Amino acid sequence: MLDAWQQPTLNADAALVAALLAVDPVGLGGVALRAPAGPLRDAWLALLRQCLPDKTPLLRVPAHATDSALLGGLDLAATLQAGRPVAQQGLLARCNGGVLLLAMAERVGAGVASQLSAVLDTQVVALERDGLTQRLPARVALVALDEGANDEEQMPATLLDRVAFHLPLQAAESEDDAPLDWTRAEVEAARVLLPQVSVPESVVQALCAASLVWGVSSMRAPLLAVRVARAAAALAGMDEAEEVHASLAARLVLAPRATRMPAPPPEAQPEQDETPQPQPPDDPPPPDTDKSDETPPPDGPNEAPQDEQDDDEEATPGTLDDRLIEAVRAAIPPGLLAALQMGQARQARAAAAGRSGELMKNQNRGRPVGTRRAEPRSGARLHILETLRAAAPWQRLRQQQAAGPRRIQVRREDFHVVRFRQNRPTTTVFVVDASGSAALHRLAETKGAVELLLAECYVRRDKVAVLAFRGAGCELLLPPTRSLARAKRSLAALPGGGGTPLAAGIEAARELAVQIGRQGETAIVVMLTDGRANIARDGTPGRAKATEDALTAAGDFRLAGLSALLIDTSPKPGDASRLMAERMGATCVPLPHAGAAGLSQAVRLATATGAR
Amino acid sequence: MAQAFPFSAIVGQDEMKTAILIAAIDPSIGGVLVLGDRGTGKSTAVRALAALLPKMRAVNGCRYSCDPADPASRCADCATLRAPDQPPPKTHLIPVPVVDLPLGATEDRVVGALDLERALSQGVKAFEPGLLAQANRGFLYIDEVNLLEDHLVDLLIDVAASGENVVEREGLSVRHPARFVLVGSGNPEEGELRPQLLDRFGLSVEVKTPELLTERVEVVRRRDAFEQDRAAFIEHWKPEDERIRRKLVAARKRLHEVVISDAARERASALCMALGTDGLRGDLTLIRAARAMAALLGDSAVTDAHFKRVAGPALRHRLRRNPLDNAGSTARVDRAVAELMGA
Repeated sequence: MLDAWQQPTLNADAALVAALLAVDPVGLGGVALRAPAGPLRDAWLALLRQCLPDKTPLLRVPAHATDSALLGGLDLAATLQAGRPVAQQGLLARCNGGVLLLAMAERVGAGVASQLSAVLDTQVVALERDGLTQRLPARVALVALDEGANDEEQMPATLLDRVAFHLPLQAAESEDDAPLDWTRAEVEAARVLLPQVSVPESVVQALCAASLVWGVSSMRAPLLAVRVARAAAALAGMDEAEEVHASLAARLVLAPRATRMPAPPPEAQPEQDETPQPQPPDDPPPPDTDKSDETPPPDGPNEAPQDEQDDDEEATPGTLDDRLIEAVRAAIPPGLLAALQMGQARQARAAAAGRSGELMKNQNRGRPVGTRRAEPRSGARLHILETLRAAAPWQRLRQQQAAGPRRIQVRREDFHVVRFRQNRPTTTVFVVDASGSAALHRLAETKGAVELLLAECYVRRDKVAVLAFRGAGCELLLPPTRSLARAKRSLAALPGGGGTPLAAGIEAARELAVQIGRQGETAIVVMLTDGRANIARDGTPGRAKATEDALTAAGDFRLAGLSALLIDTSPKPGDASRLMAERMGATCVPLPHAGAAGLSQAVRLATATGAR
Repeated sequence: MAQAFPFSAIVGQDEMKTAILIAAIDPSIGGVLVLGDRGTGKSTAVRALAALLPKMRAVNGCRYSCDPADPASRCADCATLRAPDQPPPKTHLIPVPVVDLPLGATEDRVVGALDLERALSQGVKAFEPGLLAQANRGFLYIDEVNLLEDHLVDLLIDVAASGENVVEREGLSVRHPARFVLVGSGNPEEGELRPQLLDRFGLSVEVKTPELLTERVEVVRRRDAFEQDRAAFIEHWKPEDERIRRKLVAARKRLHEVVISDAARERASALCMALGTDGLRGDLTLIRAARAMAALLGDSAVTDAHFKRVAGPALRHRLRRNPLDNAGSTARVDRAVAELMGA
């Protein structure tokens, strides 16, 4: 069994995750399963089902589940039948003791995400709806089926933080290195053993230290790692978590969350506890992995390594820490490792993950504007007074027809629901020409305009995104956000200079705007450029080809039917920008010396008129 | 209902814990907003508060748990109960309500609505109190306050300001007392809070993930011990929780004996002017918070030391925001405090 753990082949890990989750579903929170729908994912789910006790509920949550579907609400038919409110259990309460399968987790909105987070935190469904107050137990684990194709598509960070495992299920290398098949009996035995398993002090400390060294800031991560170590020990039939379990936990829980490199490369670091680790710049100093000078001595980590690892007899204090750090390093994919090394941690990913926009599909929120005749389905709110009013004239007639005596006869055709009106939120996409000498100036203005817009956009619930193009391509500097804090951080270091790949810029803007539109929001593209391209789509310099490519891209942009504003920021606005705007179907505004305030003013005018 | 993690067992996060205690000592401060990263124990601290607060006396059978000692803030029911020719109403001790406002709550549950059961079965138009009624004289906790629906935010602002919930819906016309301390938590990365709501919170604290290994180890160790055996863990921390409760009760008693000299008031106003806070809410909150701080520490008069401790929480969210200024508001408050009162 242990051999399977120490061989970090993907398949074995995936199977192990299923077994561990089955051992302690509530404690571990769940797993973010990143995989396209397919046989591999089905196999994993089948394995999980096989590990879980018989008749454990596995319920599927649609990504756009309404609150009433999740939390429950009034069962209207039963309510009218009984003449008193009858509650209908939501998915979360029905899943008590089981596993929630969250379909298309990357598309989950902030609302659903926070409902699920609350349940994962408290294990209770708090229902305060439709005149009902209930607290129902919901001890669930979450299996988030994340089908995101790229890093832009991520499930909400609130949920990622609460599940122990982030498991990318890639196509298996081969079916041969298939993992051990965990049987229900093994898992069952581990579940029984679990409460008695102790986690030694040294393991807790080492896991905390490793999380700190790898820049895992959330406190949930080391806690989940400790629980994984405990579950792993239980699965192995031991009553104390040991180093193997700790390094497994580090690999499964901490490695996917790493945001920075521990500064020294492993080979450069001698195994001595006097060697302090050089500290990564601009981060709070991570405590040195040798704890002799950092941590109070109780149950120093020098106990655990010695009692089981014979080959490590002369283990110095801190080696468990080091080994855990290495376990994390081994589990991080090489590409990411390189990215971490270059200091560009997964900030961008994390940022993209915390989308907070409400999707506008449902018409159940906003300002109530009157009522209409309809059934109160999918979260629509029954307007009781209107309903009763509609029923009132018919009462005598219905009483005569009715079989039994009932006080009020309300029928389907009486139902009235409240109508709401809400403006679709707008996302303003700034596309900034960051090339050449004017770039720095223009970028500073854009930065100012973005922040000004953001500072007031809360009232309108609007969002802002920033794309910059220069050199060979276009870069998403700021994914659509409403957060001033994040905008400031992303915009702090804007790159500038190089050629003008206008075509790439227009293309990226179109893609982003279409994506925003798909989420039910309105996108307005604001381009800041002089319209003079000199880098073609394939990255080669040359004005003629570049202009041609840009015009083609502009044509595509127009076909997508997006509203756009082209602001010519060059000192002498020329025909190039006007032509480009025409092709894009954009309004052209020459603003040679626009400051941040002028810019945000122009955008505000455009959003007021051109949005709809 | 699952038992909450003991307040005293929360590692570090002193500013947050102090702010919550201060808000509990003097409800007129106007609540606490806790902003910070994920997994820093924001919700844990607020939920722990419920277990910490001493019980309060309320009118028997009153749906709004009215205070028998305070005739001014009575609901309509109690006002009739306490007619001059009637004997005083019976009272009982109840735990201070700490009401959770879940994110998916509908407006009718928040403000209260027509009692559906009675409307359907008896044809009677009766009012069924909502969460605001439940929270009267207690705390209303909103997790992820920055994601709350706009119309609910508006409603909360209005009720928090007036201390009274006015319901005009479904043919009902009801008003009842709803004095509560608003406690919100949220992650600023997920959305900004509307300035109007921001200003309603008396104190705002920022929590950060502990960066010290020892602290992190302690957090994990305690949390794990709690999950393993809740009852034993709570039992273990009971004396410590009890000690904080006694401090809290003593501070509440002492609160109105704390002297605020004119000089101290001037200091507070000077600090607010130096920071350019809008309106007078900042001055008021600063003085009240300093007074509560003094009461908590057992001091008899408000001094600079108290202002220094509460200036950050009381003022940092009231600074006029300059989007082009990158210095955090905490740093600006600290700078002004240092200039005015010395480091």
